[in-house]
Amino acid sequence: MLHVAYLMPLLPLAGFVVLVFAGRRIGDPLAGWIATIAVAGAFVVACLTLGGLLNQPDAHRVFLHTYFTWFHVSGLNVPVGILVDPLSVTMCMFITGVSALIHLYSIGYMKGDPDYPKFFLYLNLFVFSMLVLVLSDNLLLTFVGWEGVGVCSYWLVSFWFHRDAAASAGKKAFIYNRIGDTGFLLAIFLIFEKTGTLQYEGGPGGGIFGQLHHLGGGTATAVVLLLLLAATGKSAQIPLFNWLPDAMEGPTPVSALIHAATMVTAGVYLLCRMNHLLALTHPGTEVIAIIGGVTAFVAATIACAQQDIKKVLAFSTVSQIGYMILAVGSGAYVAAIFLMVAHAFFKGLLFLAAGSAIHGLDGEQDLKRMGALRKTMQWTTVTFTVGWLAIAGIPPLAGFWSKGDVLENVYSHYKLLWVLGLFTAILTAYYMTRLQVLAFGGEPRWDKIGPNGEPALHTPHESPWVMRLPLVVLAVAAFFGGLLDLPWIHHDSFQGWLAPVFAGSLYNDHLHSGGEWALALTDVAAAAIGLIIGWGLWRGAQVDKPQLEPQFLQRVWYWDDFYDAVIGRPSQKLATFFAWVVDARIIDGAVNGAANLVRSTGQVTRKLQSGYVRNYALGIALGMAALIVFLLSRTWWS
Amino acid sequence: MSLSAGWYLGLAALVFTIGAIGLLVRRNVLIMFMCIELMLNAANLTFVTFARVLNDIGGQALVFFVLVVAAAEVVVGLGIVVTNFRRRSTTVADDLHSLKD
Repeated sequence: MLHVAYLMPLLPLAGFVVLVFAGRRIGDPLAGWIATIAVAGAFVVACLTLGGLLNQPDAHRVFLHTYFTWFHVSGLNVPVGILVDPLSVTMCMFITGVSALIHLYSIGYMKGDPDYPKFFLYLNLFVFSMLVLVLSDNLLLTFVGWEGVGVCSYWLVSFWFHRDAAASAGKKAFIYNRIGDTGFLLAIFLIFEKTGTLQYEGGPGGGIFGQLHHLGGGTATAVVLLLLLAATGKSAQIPLFNWLPDAMEGPTPVSALIHAATMVTAGVYLLCRMNHLLALTHPGTEVIAIIGGVTAFVAATIACAQQDIKKVLAFSTVSQIGYMILAVGSGAYVAAIFLMVAHAFFKGLLFLAAGSAIHGLDGEQDLKRMGALRKTMQWTTVTFTVGWLAIAGIPPLAGFWSKGDVLENVYSHYKLLWVLGLFTAILTAYYMTRLQVLAFGGEPRWDKIGPNGEPALHTPHESPWVMRLPLVVLAVAAFFGGLLDLPWIHHDSFQGWLAPVFAGSLYNDHLHSGGEWALALTDVAAAAIGLIIGWGLWRGAQVDKPQLEPQFLQRVWYWDDFYDAVIGRPSQKLATFFAWVVDARIIDGAVNGAANLVRSTGQVTRKLQSGYVRNYALGIALGMAALIVFLLSRTWWS
Repeated sequence: MSLSAGWYLGLAALVFTIGAIGLLVRRNVLIMFMCIELMLNAANLTFVTFARVLNDIGGQALVFFVLVVAAAEVVVGLGIVVTNFRRRSTTVADDLHSLKD
């Protein structure tokens, strides 16, 4: 069944094409159903591909197929082909699965939006780009998908572009991503320079992975750091993480799909795909681990002080991806992918449930204006609770197993980063508990006047079934997701399945069972501490606690202000200088000066043009006289 | 008997000067045209005189060219004068300076 794999990206593309040409006529809600069915079809194809791959013996689970040559220029041969291996199929499974659910959810969420068909065609194009990104068999095609998801993200973040905040958030996301993309491009150039090919494996010389011996240690480090830059852009890591919280200006399904479940994990995928390269450079992986660990911690602290329900979840996403990057830096690729899948389930769930709450409150996102939603939104409350416990790391939910797997691998590599990771786990449990208690627990605050005089809101209502069904499915997945990779059956489950992809570079030196138990208990203790603190601090009726939400954290460690001071304002000053000094004085001065010179010359010389014929005649006569005098004088002189 | 060439040249110079001064001092376009004709004919007289003195037919031949050019010039010039008169009812050269600004 592997030969049908190409249908996976083509189905969403077909949905996109149909909606581009007929979307307006099809309208609401059929356009949404068409998009959903296209993605659900892609999910079915992904399942078939998974089945086909499972039928192969362990060592032969690779399917490479080139469909045609994109271009061929003196030594650079770029085919359009797919690489189906356990890694890409795993990505495809959760991308198409979660996407299909979020498409379904959007049918309800976007109901009545004037640009309803446009929303779904962007979503379909996004799924297509994402599948191109993960299925491509060469770096350049991956880059095409990478840019495709980037531009879809831009369109979808600024989907409600009539709001200034949404428009500028889209621009911010795009520009931050461009910085990362520069790193990706430079990495591609370097790799091609050294290996002469862009295919991962297969092709002449066994592709990049067959030609790795041409890379010296320094070059490998440089390439890995450039790829890390690309990953920090796309996956919102330090120093390029600020765009993700702003991207929450987009519709909530977009936040769930693009900015939590799928696109932002592309950076992690890229690093995992290039694992053989990462294995060549120890300094490179150390930097990766540090970036991931620090990002996880910083973002978690910021999430503790945010007022906006989606911003809390956004910083939580940054923090969780930090964990994944940390795992990659520790060589624990399987743990990274495991957390990525589990995160797609529980963070997709959390965003969709938050979206359901926002939908029920007519667009209110301020946590301080929610409260007691459990009384009117039972489905949302129960599913959100599952997501909350999963991300907090309470056994036996998915988050416990996946985060535990990451922390265990980090523990055997970087003790200091493990401490940071553990502290982050406490913070994670804390801020999620705060969110849960503020939104769903306590007494209602939506029926009061807002802090800035906003009118009281209507009684929240539960969402329609198209929105509840994805919540339930994702809640089940977030609950049981841990079964994919239970520690005592590592080799028969997720780890054994993915291991061939990372052959030779995977770190899977699991601790003896005693140590594993101790670490697991530590994780549970961390989660419990966070939960108890959060519960104790936030369960009361008093929700304004400035001492728990310092400005430093609310303002994102002054990170944006720092960029503003170091890059933004100097650039603006430079631009002002160029606009009002260089452009207005020097360039305009030159142009206007030339014109003024011509004009003043003309002012003087136009006096000669009196308009009287006799004056001209006199001029001719005098000129002739002068000429005669001149000629005669020459005769006399000689 | 025949007069010496000097008389002819003197007459030509006199006619030319009358034409030139007339052109400079008169305002009427038609008079100015006549003055130009005077100057051209003075030049013609000079050509013929020198053709005779130097025994060279080239000078006499050139006179025909001058006559043709003068005729053509008058045609164009009088055309302009007539059109202009219909439009502005004036033949005073000093009134015709609307292209100045």
